[in-house]
Amino acid sequence: MGCGTSIAVENQTHPSETDGSIRQPSPALTIKAAILIQRWYRRYVAHLEMRRRYTWNIFQSIEYAGEQDQLQLSSFFSFMLDNFTHMNGNGPDLISHLLDSVVDPLTEEVRQLKYEQIVVPESYCGPRLSFPLSVTDTNALLSAFKEEQTLHGKYVLQLLYETKKFLKQMPNIIYLSTSYAKEITICGDLHGRLDDLLLIFYKNGLPSAENPYIFNGDFVDRGKKSTEIIIILFAFLLLYPDHMHLNRGNHEDHIMNLRYGFTREVMQKYKTHGREMLQLLQDVFSLLPLATVIDNKVLIVHGGISDKIDLDFLSTVERHKVKSALRLPKRSVDHLNVHANIRSSSRQSGRSRLDSPCSSGRTSRASRRRKKHITKQGSCSSSSSSSSSSSSVCSPRVSSRNTSRRPPPSPSLPSPTDVLQVPFLDSFVSLEPPEPPRDELERQQVVDILWSDPKNQSGCSPNSFRGGGCYFGPDVTQALLQKHGLCLLIRSHECKQEGYELCHNGQVITIFSASNYYEEGSNRGAYVKLGPELVPRFFQYQVSRSTRKLTLHQRVCVAEGSALRALKEKLYAHRSDLMAAFQQYDIDNTGRISTSEWAQVVESVLRLDLPWRTLRPRLARLGADGNVEYESCFEDISPGEPIPPVTPNLAETLYRYRTDLEIIFNIIDKDHSGQISIEEFRQTWKLFSSHLGVAVNDQTIDDMARSIDFNKDGSIDFNEFLEAFRVVHKLVIKEQQQG
Amino acid sequence: EVTETSKKSIVTFSEIHHFLLSDTIITETQKRISNAFDVFDHESNKTVDVREIGTIIRSLGCFPSEADLHDIIAELEEEEPTGFVRYEKFLPTMTKILLERKFRPITEDLLLQAFEVLDQQKKGHLEPEELTKYLTQEGEPFTQEEMDEMLSAAVDPDKNVILYKDFVSMMTFDDTR
Repeated sequence: MGCGTSIAVENQTHPSETDGSIRQPSPALTIKAAILIQRWYRRYVAHLEMRRRYTWNIFQSIEYAGEQDQLQLSSFFSFMLDNFTHMNGNGPDLISHLLDSVVDPLTEEVRQLKYEQIVVPESYCGPRLSFPLSVTDTNALLSAFKEEQTLHGKYVLQLLYETKKFLKQMPNIIYLSTSYAKEITICGDLHGRLDDLLLIFYKNGLPSAENPYIFNGDFVDRGKKSTEIIIILFAFLLLYPDHMHLNRGNHEDHIMNLRYGFTREVMQKYKTHGREMLQLLQDVFSLLPLATVIDNKVLIVHGGISDKIDLDFLSTVERHKVKSALRLPKRSVDHLNVHANIRSSSRQSGRSRLDSPCSSGRTSRASRRRKKHITKQGSCSSSSSSSSSSSSVCSPRVSSRNTSRRPPPSPSLPSPTDVLQVPFLDSFVSLEPPEPPRDELERQQVVDILWSDPKNQSGCSPNSFRGGGCYFGPDVTQALLQKHGLCLLIRSHECKQEGYELCHNGQVITIFSASNYYEEGSNRGAYVKLGPELVPRFFQYQVSRSTRKLTLHQRVCVAEGSALRALKEKLYAHRSDLMAAFQQYDIDNTGRISTSEWAQVVESVLRLDLPWRTLRPRLARLGADGNVEYESCFEDISPGEPIPPVTPNLAETLYRYRTDLEIIFNIIDKDHSGQISIEEFRQTWKLFSSHLGVAVNDQTIDDMARSIDFNKDGSIDFNEFLEAFRVVHKLVIKEQQQG
Repeated sequence: EVTETSKKSIVTFSEIHHFLLSDTIITETQKRISNAFDVFDHESNKTVDVREIGTIIRSLGCFPSEADLHDIIAELEEEEPTGFVRYEKFLPTMTKILLERKFRPITEDLLLQAFEVLDQQKKGHLEPEELTKYLTQEGEPFTQEEMDEMLSAAVDPDKNVILYKDFVSMMTFDDTR
């Protein structure tokens, strides 16, 4: 069967071919040849498409899983709070470090004067802004950033200051109209990708009276040019206040910025003024409007909606009070109140609270599967669809949900969330909410707007796992649109492979503008244009690093390589758990187990819900007998290092908690100088290691602290901080060898 | 009487078929199918868009033609087509396809022969226009997008021709990686 045989036969029945003269092959043969090539090529493309898809799944799963790590950080915070009293009195006041923003009590006029007086050196050849801004300024900014120049800190401060002033007079919801037969362009998440913004401007023109724009949040974090993006966006905002509109996203939040890179970027680019910029940005972000409505028909918000959203109520909310969606567990309130009373008297309730972390509620496969898991658990309180989005109501479900998802703790590294659960329960159940109900309602509305995701099933299920935001179904969309006479919801917040996606019977559009979000080739970006007839037109693009067009194969390979590297790091980070489980199947100690068993183990430990059998050829070797050599999935991880012995070791911890460590470091490093004192380090390390259940004695910590201060200047930078882990690992191994 | 005999032999063949295939092989095959299906099951509800069926079947190692796919999809669709294919229907059909080794791979040699047929003047290469003409007009025609994509990989940038022997080797290698 198949073409192969028939071609051979055809050849044989053409004896004239043997005489060497050129003959036209019969049309039938040509057709057969064409079909064969087409068949073959389509199969090749399908294979690539499969690889592209699972690469995408890997990125999504890891991103989602990474955001669950946010919970570990929160648990560390609560652990630190709980153990605050156990720290010896000489330690620095870490709690105040966490909670105090360094408040600079300048009045507005003084501040403005101060900025004007900043001297810009003659040697600076970047743009020099003058307020009020003009087109000259915005053009200068665009040219400068294309040339990779940095805007001088003075102008950034002035820009932020003017933006804050401007935004203060903005309402929560902005009403626009297309009455001048104009098309409005709506862009989604940019996440610090300047190339994408420049590409949009190139394709679609700069903002102007004839070319209005709405940017729907998440301008910063993850990408490396967040600063440039907000400078451009704010500059256009001030230049064309009627034609340029910005909605707040969940990443316009100073706690998120600590985690996802914006804080670091600002501090690195602006060593002198960075701290003050971050201060201003806290206010600017919280003053960004929450929603835009076009022609009273189209609602545009960053995340989504919930069954509690009411636009009339939303327009009365004091949005600037919600500085961050993340809050400390309420149990810590007592601690806070004690210190709050001792310190300053006027502390806004919105500022000093960090909650259970809200990672962005992406409806990834993992999350949906997770939700299904939840409902099967038969939660002890009311059904998920009817309860409110308030985090305080859902505590019993929090525990069951969390414990069902956590991987089995390894013997010496107990899961951090085991420590988390009890305090959380207590706090929600036993304490009265210190905030008055109205404030709490307002906060909920804001968090829902910024964090929610659409889902396909009906109902509105709270995302109490993250402390806020919902999954809203088509019925919720329908109800809200109807209530306010709207016909369409445009939102962002979730990365989509094609840059946009419709759901809820076309009533919801997701628009995402950061192409290659996970990796080169992972996805397109898009923007949508709406004219007076309110029919959306989509425009897609993809930024390419190389000038030569990459083939499909090349694009897939790059993205896939990156995804697989990330996946291998995950494997490595859970090495001891994995090896222990592998060995349970490998009774005869052959070093091999079946593909089935391998897939089962990996899924049960990593819980990423990925097609492991399909991925296996990329992750692990097969032995001669067709079984998987399970240790081979840990190869190629740490360059140049031989596979370390399989003991629960801190090199794994390094991988697992690396991002968290950076956040912790950034928090301890209050003045963002990039350095912490040795004493601060000691205190933090002690807490962290006891939190992880890793036994390291005082003397060891002291030795370590001294040894990692490589330049002996009495302070530790982040690299030295990380080095601590490797050093301790060596010390621990040494102990084990001696013991 | 002839029919009786032939019926009987069919029954016997399928019995042998069953016999020979141990549980493990069937389970392994089904797990492979399940994995591939899951990659495209975006809503995690054991359904995939019918337009992805071709990709799934091909990614499992089969080389069906478009006509073959049409037949398979017709089998898989609901009585009232929903645009989705359910796993319960897909699994038995796909298992059968794999176990019976239908739509077997096209070898490198065969592919090369096909290109040689199209190279009527035996130049050893093809002009992009030539190949485009054949593949977008003959057989089961490529869309413009498919043609552009193939050309981007196939055309030698210096000589602006398709050196099909090299192309075939490269693609075959790529495919196995």
